[in-house]
Amino acid sequence: MKLLEIVVKESIIPQLKATTRDAAISEMIDTLVAAGAVKEDQKDEFVKAVIRRENKGSTGFGHGVAVPHVKHAEIKKMHVAVANSEEGIDFKALDREPVHSIMLLLSPEDEPENHLDAMEAIFGNLSQDTFRRFLRQASTADEVITLLSEADAATR
Amino acid sequence: MNQSLKKTLSTTATITVKIPNRLGMHARPATMFAEIAGQFEADITVAHGEHDPVDGKSIMQLMMLAATQGTPLVILATGSDSNAAVEELKSLVANGFNE
Repeated sequence: MKLLEIVVKESIIPQLKATTRDAAISEMIDTLVAAGAVKEDQKDEFVKAVIRRENKGSTGFGHGVAVPHVKHAEIKKMHVAVANSEEGIDFKALDREPVHSIMLLLSPEDEPENHLDAMEAIFGNLSQDTFRRFLRQASTADEVITLLSEADAATR
Repeated sequence: MNQSLKKTLSTTATITVKIPNRLGMHARPATMFAEIAGQFEADITVAHGEHDPVDGKSIMQLMMLAATQGTPLVILATGSDSNAAVEELKSLVANGFNE
């Protein structure tokens, strides 16, 4: 699966206003609403669901990145939002380091294979030092899109 | 047989186990797997199909396997506690990560 197939371009936030985990999740889902990927009246439910999932176990898997996500019956199509935080956000990451890049994934409930494919695409890149560094350094949405398209071109 | 090869063989354990749970090895199972793997001294890798082996102690690398329900995982451990490691990881997977 290619990242640009699932990343919503309007939901790339080069610098988050939020400074806390829950506010960051909310801000990212706001952009999915603005992009028309999520309905306004579903926003609160999805924010709560992502936070519930996060409370069960942090998706801050280390190296300054986090992948908050949820599978939900009301999500019809997979959507990813991307955000950076210069200051870093406390995601209760496994390595206790602040998180500087977040990829938030909303998945339909009944497509576990697609969900795993998306995670493969996301982690295949996030586990690479250069990708993480370029993502964190990206200061505009266009720079992020360029990075994602280069990453997509490098994957089979 | 040279000494180093003998040593490696004596401390290597491998096992294949199929993923039974419907959601496959998504984030929480990968987290559990890496946590348990991390408790062992042995180096642990996980592979399936044509996929290159990944570090069994890294959640991010385990997620790269995109292992779905029914996928046979090949767990390989090398180190003094390799047998205990593969047994414990096998039962975690075989129990569907307690889902």
